[in-house]
Amino acid sequence: MTVSDTRPAPAPAPEDTAPRRTAAQSAYAWLRRTDTGSSTFSVLVTAVLLVVLFGAGSARYENFGYPQVALNLLVDNAHLIVLAVGMTFVILTGGIDLSSGAVVALSTVVTASLLEAGWPAPVVIVLVLAIGSSLGWAMGAAVHHLQLQPFIVTLAGMFLARGLCFVISEPSIPIRDELFTGLAQNVIELPGNTYLTYGVVIALVVVAVAVYVLHRTRFGRTVYAIGGSEQSAGLMGLAVGRTKVGVYVISGFCSALGGLLFSLYILSGWSLHAIGLELDAIAAVVIGGTLLTGGRGLVVGSLLGVLVLGTIQSLISFDGGLSSWWTKITIGVLLLVFVVVQRVTTRRDRSVT
Amino acid sequence: MPETPSPTPTRRRRVDLSSPVVWAAAALLALLLFNAVVNPGFFGLRIQDGHLFGSPVDVLKNSAPTLLIAVGMTLVIATRGIDLSVGAVLAISGSVAFTIIEGSSDPTSTGTAVVAILTALAVGLLLGAWNGFLVSVIGIQPIIATLVLMTAGRGLAMLVTDGQIITAESPAFNWLGGGFVLGLPAQVVLTLAVLLLVAALTRRTALGTLIEAVGTNPEAARLAGVRSRSITWTVYVFVAFTAAVAGLMTTANVSAADANRAGLFIELDAILAVVIGGTSLAGGRYSLTGTVIGALILQTLTTTVLTMGVPDEYIRLFKAVVIIAVFLLQAPRIRAALSRRRGGPRAVTSPAVPVPPVDGADARPLTPAVPAPARAADGPSSTSDSSVDSDQGALR
Amino acid sequence: MTTAVPLTAPAPGSGPTAPVVEMSGITIEFPGVRALDGVGLRLFPGEVHALMGENGAGKSTLIKALTGVYRYDAGTVTVAGQEQLFGVPADAQAAGISTVYQEVNLCPNLTVTENIVLGREPRKRGSIDARASRARARRVLAELHLDLDPGSILGRHPIAVQQLVAIARAVDTDCKVLVLDEPTSSLDAGEVAELFRVVRELRDRGVAILFVSHFLDQVYEISDRMTVLRNGRLVAEHRTADLPRLQLVQEMIGRELSTLEHLDRAAAQPAPTDAVPRLSARGLGRTGAISPTDLDVHAGRVTGLAGLLGSGRTELTRLLFGADRASTGTVEVDGKPVRLRTPRAAIAQGIAFCSEDRKGEGVVGDLTVRDNVLLALQARRGWVRRIPKKTGDELVAKYIAALDVRPADPNALLRNLSGGNQQKVLLARWLLTEPRLLLLDEPTRGIDIGAKAQIQALVSQLAAEGMSVVFVSAELEEVLRISDRITVLRDRRTVADLDGRDTTLDDVVDLIARGGDRA
Repeated sequence: MTVSDTRPAPAPAPEDTAPRRTAAQSAYAWLRRTDTGSSTFSVLVTAVLLVVLFGAGSARYENFGYPQVALNLLVDNAHLIVLAVGMTFVILTGGIDLSSGAVVALSTVVTASLLEAGWPAPVVIVLVLAIGSSLGWAMGAAVHHLQLQPFIVTLAGMFLARGLCFVISEPSIPIRDELFTGLAQNVIELPGNTYLTYGVVIALVVVAVAVYVLHRTRFGRTVYAIGGSEQSAGLMGLAVGRTKVGVYVISGFCSALGGLLFSLYILSGWSLHAIGLELDAIAAVVIGGTLLTGGRGLVVGSLLGVLVLGTIQSLISFDGGLSSWWTKITIGVLLLVFVVVQRVTTRRDRSVT
Repeated sequence: MPETPSPTPTRRRRVDLSSPVVWAAAALLALLLFNAVVNPGFFGLRIQDGHLFGSPVDVLKNSAPTLLIAVGMTLVIATRGIDLSVGAVLAISGSVAFTIIEGSSDPTSTGTAVVAILTALAVGLLLGAWNGFLVSVIGIQPIIATLVLMTAGRGLAMLVTDGQIITAESPAFNWLGGGFVLGLPAQVVLTLAVLLLVAALTRRTALGTLIEAVGTNPEAARLAGVRSRSITWTVYVFVAFTAAVAGLMTTANVSAADANRAGLFIELDAILAVVIGGTSLAGGRYSLTGTVIGALILQTLTTTVLTMGVPDEYIRLFKAVVIIAVFLLQAPRIRAALSRRRGGPRAVTSPAVPVPPVDGADARPLTPAVPAPARAADGPSSTSDSSVDSDQGALR
Repeated sequence: MTTAVPLTAPAPGSGPTAPVVEMSGITIEFPGVRALDGVGLRLFPGEVHALMGENGAGKSTLIKALTGVYRYDAGTVTVAGQEQLFGVPADAQAAGISTVYQEVNLCPNLTVTENIVLGREPRKRGSIDARASRARARRVLAELHLDLDPGSILGRHPIAVQQLVAIARAVDTDCKVLVLDEPTSSLDAGEVAELFRVVRELRDRGVAILFVSHFLDQVYEISDRMTVLRNGRLVAEHRTADLPRLQLVQEMIGRELSTLEHLDRAAAQPAPTDAVPRLSARGLGRTGAISPTDLDVHAGRVTGLAGLLGSGRTELTRLLFGADRASTGTVEVDGKPVRLRTPRAAIAQGIAFCSEDRKGEGVVGDLTVRDNVLLALQARRGWVRRIPKKTGDELVAKYIAALDVRPADPNALLRNLSGGNQQKVLLARWLLTEPRLLLLDEPTRGIDIGAKAQIQALVSQLAAEGMSVVFVSAELEEVLRISDRITVLRDRRTVADLDGRDTTLDDVVDLIARGGDRA
């Protein structure tokens, strides 16, 4: 028996021996510690990719290196970050949520129409979040209790949400509510003549909460356990059903919140908003290193994935010569690369397991 | 998805009520009856300039592209796969054809149209081969493998058209969309032709059986010497072919190639048609008849709602509700509950526990010792019951 | 039937003599099968108790009844003097019963620490205390003297280590009973030694251990007491020290005379043995599955592979068919070297194979009987050249009649047929390809006695017609009755090659029990 030699012998117990460490080392150690799904490497790859893309942009286009360009990645994609966080939960259990783009649209429409009808903004916000969560709950219940496939259930959810949009209002409704316009127009001034919106703050708070839930609660552990092996999770006595329904509730909530942020960003509600946004969210999650089969991945990766998508978009819009469709092609190629790499690495892992 | 044996003995020659195809057919029939009652003019057909017109013809014509792709999708789904990229392939095919016609020196000639059509179909086959390669050789999950082309494909289509909506007048090409054969729209006839081709190909050759074998039990198929890899590859090539044909039809219909919007979400409609038609996403047995019915249901719904004068905005909601109802009817648990009510107690095989293959009969029980009625009955109602939760987890 | 068993012997060692677990009269029925019939089992603290039995004996079912995976139809389970009714695995765990399954039911994507404390993580102010988790995992690993990085990902470790982690998880729950379901089936000798060290340590701490293994040496090495099951019934409970191996094997395989009519084996004229063998394997082996083995199969002969579960009998047949890829050795067919890398390659050589895992690797349940029968032949022709309908119908009708498949409806879905009839359909599938070598792995397992006799008669007839057959069965009497030559396997290697005619059951049992020691 050679139990000891199976271990690659990294620095044992980093917190016990704490000599001076560089920032990079601490960051690496931190990633290792939070790494429940062993996605450290994938996330690092995504981070490096982000830096390289951004560096290339700065070298090539003279205004690209401005700090505000980087911050705009967050400003323009706050809603997508929130969406990707919800999607990460679902995908970690091995499921998928196709309804999130439609729920974003539904949220903008409900928000805009209720505000137009004179409802107080806080009530509207609570109501929208409740609608999103209930839709998520219904889909989760169908997945778990009726044993329907997540793909089909959330597809039906997508149709339902879009259908409701059209019933509420087909034309686009502008949002004139003071709270919303105030939040949208007031920015947080940062040093160096830069700014962030409140939407960004909310999105980052969501990321932080998600990291906490996934890595510091039993619910989060169960999410990873289900993705690793649902059967084992059941035999270990974990609350598989509650957790599976839970991740869809979270995704529904995040979609609704993403919809609110999107209404802030665009100040209107329209049934055709956010078409195909769920695919962007899925792409961001995959590029962020999360396995679509579940069990492996980090929320931080999804955040980086969104930023990579945003950077590609900025790069292409900065280059007058490149047309917008190169965005899609580039994202497709990136997806391909990540998927093939994932396939190769999981194949290697499985040979051991 | 656990395999759920049909609870009905197959020897019964009467209408098999547990078959999803029957339910789908009943739904279509109900829809048509409803139309006949509410809107007596629905079945009115008239002949104008030797061509057939009327709601039923419209239904057939409008459902043609979806139906065509759904037929290809049926075979893919039967092998446990899925193809999300058909919408993108459709857009590329239409874009390629129109770009060729627009760029040619003689856009109106039939020769140009033929070249355009053949090139577009070849591109479609190539894209299908790419998907098939990723799935069957590299071994990437179908949903992800085709997601790649779904994302990149529209970009490629726009690359072809340079982001423009291309319009061109080619009588020969436009015939594909608006022409008539024996009084019937060319789209309908073409779709019918492909449908017959597939039916012949799967029934006259052994393709259908081998596809079902691969989808039902891949390991048994491998050990029986079936070339699963080439079969899987073939179905992806084929579905891309149907998407390419559909791309020609839809773009010819409007005489324009819009890389951005052509075939948007058609993959979802096609998958829906397949599933409504009773082919399980878990693979195995498929039903082309079911798929045809499924596609017709989707289109009849739209037409019904339109002719009823229901405000436009309710159409999507109405469709969504009907689709959800169909899915619920097909949910394994609900079907099990229904068939039990009708036909007395039957063994409901639970989601099979993956068991170690070494220990024989005692490791492979057909049913856990949990009484089936109790389990199925408490499913839909008690959603947070923890005993149900862990029970499920354990048995899966 | 439990009453006949002497239940007097107290647990060895000085622990308390009251059993920590007492199961009695456990009966479990599956549709059409009574998997367990009034079985009893006692576990004492501080003992290793082996549960013995061949395929279908009911070992796994009994374990699943104990651990709350299955509910039983009759009987009682008493844990520490209290009667229990486990609805779900969590209930059994709460009562102090932990299980380590052969296929390691942990999450390979999580770290060792996370797996050990999963579901019971120490928390501080509502959130998981990672430091305390790690400390707890370290403590448990240290208790078991396992030198293992608690932060490493479980899936990156070999199965053996994963199994030890599963045991560590059980220890962390403070379990009173530890069930080890075939934990050693994929471990090498060193790994087994390490596992046993841990098991002994736990035993000495008063844990009752239920150990299932098909390796007799291991059972004799580690267990204090054993319970033998056969065909879902309790045979006996023994102290290991008092039970000779021979008697154990006899109890496991049973000696009841079969209801089968005598097979006229003399009718088969064996080909001369000096002829070139139809198939000849030299040093054929696969790491972790079977040691390099020689095997000759002659035309018109039935070669039986005898051995207990896990002896390598299944693994060897799979290598001969290319179902698994061999890591060593060569194969010759009719004296010409061939490479059997895939089933298709083997089929091209005229080899056919019925897997022991009928449901997982043979039956295509969604297809009809007709399509299942024609599958292998059709696969060989490719999908373009369909077997003409008329030819197909005739072939299917012929084989349905010849093998007496019931119902004799070619359009019935195969999954609706009984096990025996499914097996006949699978046989028909291969006979249609007119194989020259037929590999049958447990073709008669789990099927009714009538179908069994029909299949045995068929095998003899095929051999008489000149086909070579490799016949694997857990039932030694069956192997003896059918085979012209018998290769005895034990612990993944061949221990003897015997002439089927002048070999008695006792010879084979002896070889299986004691290995090559006799010679």
